[in-house]
Amino acid sequence: MLTKRIIACLDVRAGRVVKGIQFVDIVDAGDPAELAHRHAAAGADEIVLLDITATHEGRGTLLDTVKRTAAGLFVPFTVGGGIRSAEEAAAVFDAGADKVSINSAAIARPELIGEIGSSFGAQAVIVAIDARRAKESKDPVGDAEVYVSGGRKPTGRRVVEWAREAEQRGAGEILLTSMDCDGTRDGFDCELTRRVSEAVQIPVIASGGAGNAQHFAEVFKAGKADAALAASIFHFGITDSRALKAEVARAGVPMRLPC
Amino acid sequence: MIAVIDYKAGNLTSVVKALRYLGAQDIVVTQSPEAVLHAEKIVLPGVGHFQATQLLHDLQLTEATREAIAKGAPFLGICVGLQWLYEGSTEAESTEGLCQFASKCERFPAVFEGQELKSPHVGWNSLEEIRPDSRLLAGIESGSFVYYTHSWRAPVSADTAATTNYGGPFTAAVERGNVMGVQFHPEKSAETGLRVLKNFLEL
Repeated sequence: MLTKRIIACLDVRAGRVVKGIQFVDIVDAGDPAELAHRHAAAGADEIVLLDITATHEGRGTLLDTVKRTAAGLFVPFTVGGGIRSAEEAAAVFDAGADKVSINSAAIARPELIGEIGSSFGAQAVIVAIDARRAKESKDPVGDAEVYVSGGRKPTGRRVVEWAREAEQRGAGEILLTSMDCDGTRDGFDCELTRRVSEAVQIPVIASGGAGNAQHFAEVFKAGKADAALAASIFHFGITDSRALKAEVARAGVPMRLPC
Repeated sequence: MIAVIDYKAGNLTSVVKALRYLGAQDIVVTQSPEAVLHAEKIVLPGVGHFQATQLLHDLQLTEATREAIAKGAPFLGICVGLQWLYEGSTEAESTEGLCQFASKCERFPAVFEGQELKSPHVGWNSLEEIRPDSRLLAGIESGSFVYYTHSWRAPVSADTAATTNYGGPFTAAVERGNVMGVQFHPEKSAETGLRVLKNFLEL
């Protein structure tokens, strides 16, 4: 049976893993390569590395980090942050990534999705969407808005529509981050995740708000997520993936166990 | 020498990295029919579109592979590399496969047993009905998980070495003599995947 995936996410700034709350307040959580290997050994189904303050000057550092992290890592490995062209994506693949995650650059130039896909396959392209509910709207979830530039800039685009367009343009997966829930540890935005998951055929990875195993079970069941991502829940030794997965499995969700 | 065939379909880095990790030293990433013909073992990785395998015909790699296989060189196709061992795929009707195994690869149905079936099939799924005589899957238990990402799959036949269930059973691994293929990505399937590659290296 196809299992639901638990993905360990490493937010990286200047070569170090950091964690913020609602996209601010950065805390140092360690070395990316070391943490990635620890997560994989502890049963994470996949590793995502996001360069959250990607700058042109920082590319060399990022590629070096990707190379070090990919060495000896034998689970799927995604890298995102500041990838603006098919050439930049190719450099990240060469360094050892299996998939790239693109966000602002895909909004700015949606053709980029297909350009990367045509060389590396659709499965290698994740479109990341930073979403915020439209609190003033009658339908805050349906009208949830896409933000770019690390959550700083609203785009005026509706999340569900952009997810559909990304799929049509050849995205292999959608990584949906709820900015409202991110860092709160109060649970995922299940309603928003469900709307997006029902709107597309490709897998949807839920992100933002993980605090305990129950939250994961909820986003897989009620949110219809195919995978869920967590960062801070792991880094400070709250729990490891294996313990988390065992608890999610007890709630009736198929998990890769033993792992 | 192990020839890893480069046909510009995606990323070979991971496969080569995994083979090196397992101790394989003499690996040549190649597009040369000569290299394939003289290889002790051949690996055909692949992610992406079946159409990309057209390049194998264009570069005369199809004939070289057929000859190397006839001489007994173990061959491992991964993902699209497995699909290429069949007659073809409905993904690219005009491109012929290697025809080692009968029938064509087909897309997952949109609906299975009344339920909507998401496609591509992405994630960790379990190996079932592992054939006891499989050399490629030796030491791997049914129920072990491997990582998939694909939208087309090969049908189950007598040469199927293991199945996986998604929209019904499909061929997770195929094996007849020295000709082998896996639909999953062993280079991304943690310990189970490394075991598959190790088995292949030790043939």
